[in-house]
Amino acid sequence: MKISTLGRHFREGGKSVLRNGWMSFASASSIAISLFILGVFLLLGMNLSDWTKEVENQVEIHVFLSLDTTEEQIATLHQAIGNLEEVRLVRFVSKDEGLELMRQSLGKDAEKILDGFEEDNPLPDSFTVEVHEPRQIGVAAEKIEALNSRYSVPLIDKVDYGKNTVETLFRITEIIEKVILLLVAGLALTSMFLISNTIKLTIVARRREIGIMKLVGATNSFIRWPFFVEGAILGLIGSLIPVIVIWFGYWELVKNSQLTFGIMMIRMIPVEEIMPKLSLVLMGIGLAIGVLGSTLSVRKFLRV
Amino acid sequence: MQDVWKTYPDGTAALRGITVTINRNEFVYIVGPSGAGKSTFMKLIYREEKPTKGNLYVNGFNLEKLRQRKIPYLRRNIGVVFQDYRLLPRLTAAENVAFAMEVIEASKKTIKRRTAEVLELVGLKDRMNALPSQMSGGEQQRVAIARAIVNNPAVIIADEPTGNLDPDTSWEIMNLLEQIHERGTTIVMATHNKEIVNTMRKRVIAIEKGVIARDEARGEYGYED
Repeated sequence: MKISTLGRHFREGGKSVLRNGWMSFASASSIAISLFILGVFLLLGMNLSDWTKEVENQVEIHVFLSLDTTEEQIATLHQAIGNLEEVRLVRFVSKDEGLELMRQSLGKDAEKILDGFEEDNPLPDSFTVEVHEPRQIGVAAEKIEALNSRYSVPLIDKVDYGKNTVETLFRITEIIEKVILLLVAGLALTSMFLISNTIKLTIVARRREIGIMKLVGATNSFIRWPFFVEGAILGLIGSLIPVIVIWFGYWELVKNSQLTFGIMMIRMIPVEEIMPKLSLVLMGIGLAIGVLGSTLSVRKFLRV
Repeated sequence: MQDVWKTYPDGTAALRGITVTINRNEFVYIVGPSGAGKSTFMKLIYREEKPTKGNLYVNGFNLEKLRQRKIPYLRRNIGVVFQDYRLLPRLTAAENVAFAMEVIEASKKTIKRRTAEVLELVGLKDRMNALPSQMSGGEQQRVAIARAIVNNPAVIIADEPTGNLDPDTSWEIMNLLEQIHERGTTIVMATHNKEIVNTMRKRVIAIEKGVIARDEARGEYGYED
């Protein structure tokens, strides 16, 4: 194919979008609407999964030590825990720090209750352990507990990570993620169907033209190219609209709700972090659907 | 075009054993009652239909061995003209003619020059920017002829080109075809027009019930309709 012919195909594809005004409008808007819904759900889903990750990442293991552990033993244990592959971070919390934390968490009224414990602190020393992968927390906890066997006298009194709470949390976040995935997949499929149907309609209307082109000696690819370009243009236009709307809408939402959600400890993914990615995904889907929709539909009429 | 031999039973047996040779630079009328197989005969030549049996050579192409993908290249050597014109409805006269040249990837300059040339030949130079819907039947048929000849094909296949036109316009079209014939193009034309066949005497091949009933050098129409 010559370059000038390629240019012609692009010109013809563009012209065809204009010539088929209403049909182009129908195709582009069905793409736009589907992608808008898909985009909103993707945005919701990404935020939800970001949030669940955030929550998951807050789980940690508390390792309480026996009261009579020496400083040396603490140091070796610190290192041993740190060497476990699941462990990301080990922080030592001395009994004094523990008391301070407890005082803080109980609030002002409790200050008096804890008065006088400074001299004779009943709390044990402890480690706070964070893991790389929140879902491995159970395994990590077991491994930490197993470290006890290295010592004749158990150094670790108790390993606690709120087993039941954490497991419930994971079950919930898993369900949320599955639901989101299912919704997005379903939406993608229905929009694919809707869009390719609309595009098919525009091409059925031009079936006669395709027949004439073939009679004049046009090869299949010569006929297909402009349709390909046309599909790409429709797909791009159709995805640009929801991208702009969602971008702007999300930007407004983040701006106006930062305070409210901030108090509720929910972090929304910042616009500049999520929107470029989402836009690329939507435009990619739009382009693919437009191109596939038109080339697959035109294929049926090429056997003349 | 040389040595055409084809059999075509297709449930309805449109053509049943036809052997005919149409030589280069001939002008041939295909006549016969409706449904006798004229259109099938024409369709076989530009390979819209495939013979169920037999061999067919067009312009050096062996149609039996012609691959699906090569059909466009056969058609570029054949200009087709139909009763219903078959112009691309959203293209102007000039664009319709130019389309046939874009298909063969001619240069823009050549396309422009040649399009103007053939439109002048068919007498439509001043109508080149009109859409088919804005033109009369005769004008549309002349655009179709311009499109058929723009690539200098060896053969023109005309399936009842005057079928939808009044007598005066029909004669204009016939004069145009005669002119093109004189320039060295083979013309195969199916027709129901008795007056034309009997006046502009050419070779006549009559097809009846799928077989050749008559083949005369300067024949008459020979039917009363």
